[in-house]
Amino acid sequence: MTERNNNILLKIRGLRIEAYADENWVEIVHGVNLTLRRGEVMGLIGESGAGKSTIGLAAMGFARDGCRISGGTVEFDGMELTTTPQSDLRILRGARIAYVAQSAAASFNPAHRIIDQHTEAPVQYRIQKRMAAQEDAMTLYEKLRLPNPKEIGFRYPHQVSGGQLQRAMTAMAMACRPDLIIFDEPTTALDVTTQIEVLAAIRDIVNEYNTAAIYITHDLAVVAQMADRIKVLLKGEEVETAATEQMLASPQKDYTKSLWAVRSFERPQKERPVNSETPVISVQNVDASYTSGAKVLDDVSFDVFAGMTVAVVGESGSGKSTTARCITGLLPPSRGQVLFRGQPLPPRYQDRSKDQLRQTQMIYQMADTALNPKVRISEIIGRPAQFYGGLKGAALKNRVDELLDLIELDPARFYNRFPPELSGGQKQRVGIARALAAEPSFIICDEVTSALDQLVAEGILKLLDRLQNEFNLAYMFITHDLATVKAIADEVVVMRNGKVVEQGAKHEMFQPPHHPYTDLLLSSVPEMDPNWLTTVLEERGVDNLGEAATASSAQQ
Amino acid sequence: MSTFVIGYYAALIAASCLAAYFKKREAFLLLFSLTLASFVLGLIGGRPALNTITVAAAVIALAAGTAYAWREFLAILLPRELAKAIRTAPLTASFGLFVIFTYAVMGIFAPVIAPFGEAEVIAGAFDPPSEALLLGADQLGRDMFSRIVYGARNTVGLALAATLLAFFVGAIAGLFAAVKQGWFDQIMGRGADVIMSIPSLIFALLMLSIFGTNLMVIVVVVAIIYSPRVFRLSRAVAGNVVVMDYIEAASLRGEGTGYLIRKEILPNSMAPLIAEFGLEFCFVFLLMAGLSFLGLGIQPPTADWGSMVRENALLITFGEITPLIPAAAIALLTVAVNFVVDWMLFRSSGLKD
Repeated sequence: MTERNNNILLKIRGLRIEAYADENWVEIVHGVNLTLRRGEVMGLIGESGAGKSTIGLAAMGFARDGCRISGGTVEFDGMELTTTPQSDLRILRGARIAYVAQSAAASFNPAHRIIDQHTEAPVQYRIQKRMAAQEDAMTLYEKLRLPNPKEIGFRYPHQVSGGQLQRAMTAMAMACRPDLIIFDEPTTALDVTTQIEVLAAIRDIVNEYNTAAIYITHDLAVVAQMADRIKVLLKGEEVETAATEQMLASPQKDYTKSLWAVRSFERPQKERPVNSETPVISVQNVDASYTSGAKVLDDVSFDVFAGMTVAVVGESGSGKSTTARCITGLLPPSRGQVLFRGQPLPPRYQDRSKDQLRQTQMIYQMADTALNPKVRISEIIGRPAQFYGGLKGAALKNRVDELLDLIELDPARFYNRFPPELSGGQKQRVGIARALAAEPSFIICDEVTSALDQLVAEGILKLLDRLQNEFNLAYMFITHDLATVKAIADEVVVMRNGKVVEQGAKHEMFQPPHHPYTDLLLSSVPEMDPNWLTTVLEERGVDNLGEAATASSAQQ
Repeated sequence: MSTFVIGYYAALIAASCLAAYFKKREAFLLLFSLTLASFVLGLIGGRPALNTITVAAAVIALAAGTAYAWREFLAILLPRELAKAIRTAPLTASFGLFVIFTYAVMGIFAPVIAPFGEAEVIAGAFDPPSEALLLGADQLGRDMFSRIVYGARNTVGLALAATLLAFFVGAIAGLFAAVKQGWFDQIMGRGADVIMSIPSLIFALLMLSIFGTNLMVIVVVVAIIYSPRVFRLSRAVAGNVVVMDYIEAASLRGEGTGYLIRKEILPNSMAPLIAEFGLEFCFVFLLMAGLSFLGLGIQPPTADWGSMVRENALLITFGEITPLIPAAAIALLTVAVNFVVDWMLFRSSGLKD
């Protein structure tokens, strides 16, 4: 019995956390239990607002500003964290419990070298001398397969790529060889091709040092690769916990089953109109560059037909969003042109007529920054109708109500609200309504679902699909998520380094043979199979991952 | 040992013990350190020292009480959104608001409140305070209290006008510069640099000696001196807003610059601008008082706090505090405004929302 107890590293019982909102303390985590043994990886999964991160932080005895732990116990290696004074907790954190945040780029201090930030904790806790800590950092960098492990630490955070930075951060968390690491969505902000290398690195290092970990994510396929056991959370309550394989094979609760079923949405693919109809938007041989820099786009051409969805796929930096900026006129192309129904559009948006502007609308990735937080929903949606259609008074109100109905939000409840009072999915719906209010024929969707939970994202995709059928809209769908492509696209354009690598109808693109880069993209998408990562690693070889793989496919 | 001294220590010790017993750590520390301090001071200064401490504590307690009651009063009176903000405000901010309210009442109703006119000679020079003369008389025998009341109207009113003008000019230029960018931004920015590079007092003295010291000139000159700071702030704040996607969406819609500034940018940069307004108001106020002190500001016989300090400065040598009263009026308003500004800065710094 004693031995089993010694084996338990973290024991959370009846954890309750309250948050301060509107002058009240509202309970956001309602009595969660969690037991973690040494060397075990526990996956916490759930949609946003489920309390995943809050529980993860509570495992360090920490509550965010405006939150407090109001009940329950958090026992770390026999030590009760909820009653430990801050000074003792500080010694624990970093040394014995480490935290890896979602955005490494935002978490590193841009003014210091990576290795100086790495060695800070071991030196501070007098575990190692500075030189020893640096040596150790290099060993860790090597283990995490960072290129030039001896040198990379002496760079500043902005000098390395996002995936490398995330691995450097994992190395930093390992610096004091903690017993427990909390990974808070470490790969959510990364491309699939980069994600895979970070996943492999994290898994290896956690196995090697037998570190226990709590892995927080909303991506089921990812957690299936990483975790020994999975805990599903919903609105601050536990839904179920089981070993990974068991959980994937036979989920018990309805909510878990619904999570598993999300990836099933796929609408029938449409074919290009046979008779030579002019495309709504035709991008022809477009080159573009930012002020006197290198070419960002190189000879990009594709067509979008009415009522069809073209998905533009590629990793970040491949020129997807730049293409969108060229179409909207924010970035005039240096060569080539954009045709709208056969007519060339002026390159600068300032030179376009009101009607040309109206025809092309955008939906943005981050609904938070795409909606003015100080303007009421009614005005956000009403403004385009007022601006283009000249609607006023009752007619304008009717139009806004109609649009709110279209996006499935109750006009009575949402008419007078402000964007910060809405959830992520609702904000994105308002963004869609704003685009629709202009009555466009072509909408650019820039990563519209990547900031959303899967269930919510699926709702948005279904809504976009319905609207497309209703108004015969043409979509250009920018994404790096191939599951989304599978769900909604008719045609696929694969981009890389500003060039179109491959394009065609969806069913052709998902059938072999592929262009090597398309193949790399496809095979990097995590699957639900817990052995997927191992299989892929075996197929590609450990050194042929992520950037290395990108480089090798470029040579082919 | 008088009953006062015994009672004084007994009350403090009893309060300390109670605080300790009820585990009010902070209250206990405060009370007991006060006890120890008064013990030492009592030994050195005797009873008068204890009296001073009691009065000081009472004044602070009174101010805190006023601030608390004022906050509750405002919370009940104001509409829901504002009431929520007020309720979470610290006592200092509430105190600041109360002081500003008092000054506003004083300025607006000056003729009703003041027993005499601001230029009326009603007593001998430097007459001591009495029933009729609450704060005594100044160097020409005018009622000090009436002049302080009128001074609130003149000094504060003028400073307010100058600050408003500075904000109007600076904020509009800054917002336009942020949206237009390019050469417009460059010209405005370099222009602001030129004005800022000249020491403000010297610039003001120069301008006032060229154009003469009438009120319009003072207001315009002070506004010009302070508008570059507003320009820089509003340009920086708007610069952060301009890169947001909703601005891109609006300009892609074909909206003009006026709409962008009015509807999209201004609501999102209001909080820091308001905070800056409070701060600039203090500076403008002090500059105006300084100009008056040098004899270049508001001209006699108009009552003005700055010149009142100068005119009565002689009295200091006789150990009278009369010249310090207008100075204290300036100081109190400055502190009050800063209390409010601190609170607003805290609210706009992103810790709230």
